[in-house]
Amino acid sequence: MIENIVSIVQENWLLLLIGQYPNGPLGGLASTFILSVLSIVLAFPVGILLALARLSPWRAVLWPATAFVYVARGVPLLMLILWVYFMVPLLIGRTVPGFVTMLVTLVLYEAAFLSEIIRAGILALGRGQMEAARSLGHGYFGAMRWVILPQALYNMLPSILSQFVSTIKETTLGYVINVPELTFAANQINNRLLTQPFEVFAILAIVYYVICWSLTKAATTLERRIAAKRAGTRRIAPELRPQALTAEL
Amino acid sequence: MSGFDVLAVLSNPEFAGMLIAGIQMTFVIAVGSWTLAMSLGFLLLVIRQIPVPIADRFVAAYVSYHRNVPTLVQLILWYFGIYSLLPEELQYWLSDHNAEVIFAIIGLGLCQAAYFTEDLRSGLRSVPKGQVEAARALGHGHISSMRYVLLPQAYRNALPALVNHSVSLFKNSSLAMAIGASELTHAVREVENLSFRTFETYAIATVAYLVCSLLIMAVGALLMKRAQVAGAR
Repeated sequence: MIENIVSIVQENWLLLLIGQYPNGPLGGLASTFILSVLSIVLAFPVGILLALARLSPWRAVLWPATAFVYVARGVPLLMLILWVYFMVPLLIGRTVPGFVTMLVTLVLYEAAFLSEIIRAGILALGRGQMEAARSLGHGYFGAMRWVILPQALYNMLPSILSQFVSTIKETTLGYVINVPELTFAANQINNRLLTQPFEVFAILAIVYYVICWSLTKAATTLERRIAAKRAGTRRIAPELRPQALTAEL
Repeated sequence: MSGFDVLAVLSNPEFAGMLIAGIQMTFVIAVGSWTLAMSLGFLLLVIRQIPVPIADRFVAAYVSYHRNVPTLVQLILWYFGIYSLLPEELQYWLSDHNAEVIFAIIGLGLCQAAYFTEDLRSGLRSVPKGQVEAARALGHGHISSMRYVLLPQAYRNALPALVNHSVSLFKNSSLAMAIGASELTHAVREVENLSFRTFETYAIATVAYLVCSLLIMAVGALLMKRAQVAGAR
């Protein structure tokens, strides 16, 4: 079995790494990675806006934002993918590649989860920070930009990194709508070999494991560093710790 | 195609029947894998208490694998990989008995057990040691201090995470569609293909999922309220 795994990797490593590129669309691990990074980077500003809306006293922004977050947290990602797959071509009047469908879905989905993390981070700072900033003459946005967000985001870095790991795991769902990424590439190999499904998908699991395990490890280390740096300052109340809010797939 | 008309889907007995069958299958998978995950979560917690290093390392490896490999890949590995390694008689038996549903329950259950056991463990660890010592000093025996002091607090601390993970387990039941189980998301795609009413079909399924998720969250909030005691954080 081990020899089989080694020979599959030797014969197919390029497909697993970049898909059929340059003869076809970029796929494999490269596509998974680009999709995850783009999703989290684009979801970040949306997440901040959602978090601010969720903390706003104005119902006109509070309610839609709250509804959006609850819908995203209550509906399976797969259902959201189907919605985007159906709605985006309808809205812009032309079909889009699966990669774009998946990107749009993940940005929406991740923004909801990131907004919960950021909101918890802001709440954990306590009101004193905001009051002090306002009393020093900052306006609301000035205080957010220069005082609140830098602290909240720094403290929440480990959670954001964990969310990135979740995003990598979520990109596998692109398999359902044939987005060329790592799981799709493994499936292509399996369809060609036909006789060694266990070996092929074991390779797939190992690759994901190595990537996600390393990133999770990095998040834990980062968390310990930040905790050490903040030792002596206020501790974050357990009910505001955002780990409990992140999604797993 | 005319305007938005949910009734056009719901009043058609064929489509309504498919959607209801899908919801039923989603419940079978969700409840089945939740039960498996919770039992296994407790079992792994007990194994971890065995004072042999290998027991702890085994559970740690189990948790690490199931948390770092995407759930969909785990399901695919079960259904396409492990299935093919089984003895032939067992394969025949399974294919006669909804193999995709059985593997979905096993895959999702084993995966979620890793999350549940960690939630239970951190609930247990969050109770300060002094609590049990104080209980013993007050005359409680081992069992009694567990029953009245340690476990109620551990339960209270573990509850929020357990509820969150139960919601994600319910949502993840939709992944069973990728290995061919005819649960709600699967039924949605079939109804959509037959009725050409994509918007309505998706809306019905989305509402169904949302209502169930919110219901689980509400039950969780109720349990947390009941577990709350005066003076506790």
